[in-house]
Amino acid sequence: MTALFTMTMQPGSKWSAHVGRGKSITLKATGDRANVSALFFHAQDPAERYNMPDTLKAQHTAFLTRGNILMTDQGKALASITEDSVGWHDPLSGYTTREGTDDKYGKTTYQDQRNDWLRSGEENFKVELFRNNLSPRDIGVPVNFFSKVVCELDGTMNYSLQETAERSVTLRTEMDMLLVLSNTPHPLDPSGQYPDASIVVSVADAEPVSDMDPCVLHCDENRRAFENTWNAYALLKGAN
Amino acid sequence: MSTFQPVQSPLLTEKALYEKVITAGDGWIHDLLPGQVLRIVDMEGNQAVDTLFYSTEDPSDHYSAVRTITRQGNLYLTTGSTLLAESGRELLRITADTCGRHDTIGGACSAQSNTVRYAHDTLPMHNCRDTFMLMLSQRDEYTKRDLAPNVNFFMNVPVTPEGELTFADGLSAPGRYVELLALAPVTVLISNCPQLNNPCNAYNPTPAKVLIWDAEGVSANV
Repeated sequence: MTALFTMTMQPGSKWSAHVGRGKSITLKATGDRANVSALFFHAQDPAERYNMPDTLKAQHTAFLTRGNILMTDQGKALASITEDSVGWHDPLSGYTTREGTDDKYGKTTYQDQRNDWLRSGEENFKVELFRNNLSPRDIGVPVNFFSKVVCELDGTMNYSLQETAERSVTLRTEMDMLLVLSNTPHPLDPSGQYPDASIVVSVADAEPVSDMDPCVLHCDENRRAFENTWNAYALLKGAN
Repeated sequence: MSTFQPVQSPLLTEKALYEKVITAGDGWIHDLLPGQVLRIVDMEGNQAVDTLFYSTEDPSDHYSAVRTITRQGNLYLTTGSTLLAESGRELLRITADTCGRHDTIGGACSAQSNTVRYAHDTLPMHNCRDTFMLMLSQRDEYTKRDLAPNVNFFMNVPVTPEGELTFADGLSAPGRYVELLALAPVTVLISNCPQLNNPCNAYNPTPAKVLIWDAEGVSANV
């Protein structure tokens, strides 16, 4: 597929965009310990958005990989994970905060470090949400792409290092969306070294969703979420 | 794996300021002052009490499941857990717990998620998110954007090291309770779950009771 758009997110950087349905968005990490925290909203009605509990309980999973879909709070398929060479993306752990970033990596300021100062997911989200006419009250649970967190049976959450260099994940948009990305560390990554992986974002037109699509066929729950999306778009479509 | 140690409350029910039974499928919204203690009782056992918390001072600042679990490094809530808002503000601390398992990631049932999880024809069934919305619509300061992943008190949603998530039989029993100390002015929103599709409550939603004490465990002017 020919990319319609490519850009590189430096460590600490953020990006948001409206992406129409039927696109493939590929995130590729240039190094290890990559983490991209991502929020997803319905483009036309941002009060409808990615819902972590609904997504996980419908698919009986506590991590995301190829075949899984992201669902909205309205029971719709928002995006599908169509390709994944990483294997485990964390939906449970949230985003880094200013306080947590200062505590772990040492306090940095723009005054002292210029653009090498260390950004937090919290501030990146606030800026991009506000830029899109939303506010901090719209910060929800992100997907942490490229990160793995294993939960023991007693609930203990353990960050698990996995190789991310040159690995990628591809999302197919099933609805028009506002996508907000933050290339900031995973909050449970124990390393005191701020990650240095850049993320290459590329967007292309996706193939139409077929009846044999692995994300539709993944489970009955996914098919019903797709049906809810398709029905909603059928209602919006004009007669001619 | 650590073994759960029940922590009993010293508070006497006859000294509670407030007591109310929330029947299955009903909602409850109530403001707590700092120092007040809320007890939620699973009256008949294995009921899910879907609960959200807001800063009364800033209603746009809701309970954050991920900030709470990430800071304590554990998915489950029990005695000692501090519940955080999305801003990082400390809202409440669990001071007693005789159940030992409270879910933080299963969220609330909704008409729309029921169509996905069970069947399209479950759309008309009563559900927690409708109760949450009915309760929040009583107050002008809230909108749908303020719905966030909630706590399911007494509900057991195990996550395995392989990343599987299941709904299991609860560990609760009649009369088990959890008690929370308000650390700030907190608005509590409860939907006592009416879910009829999930075997974890044996398809039988049951009542829950809430009690409130003031800071000293005696009546006060509030």
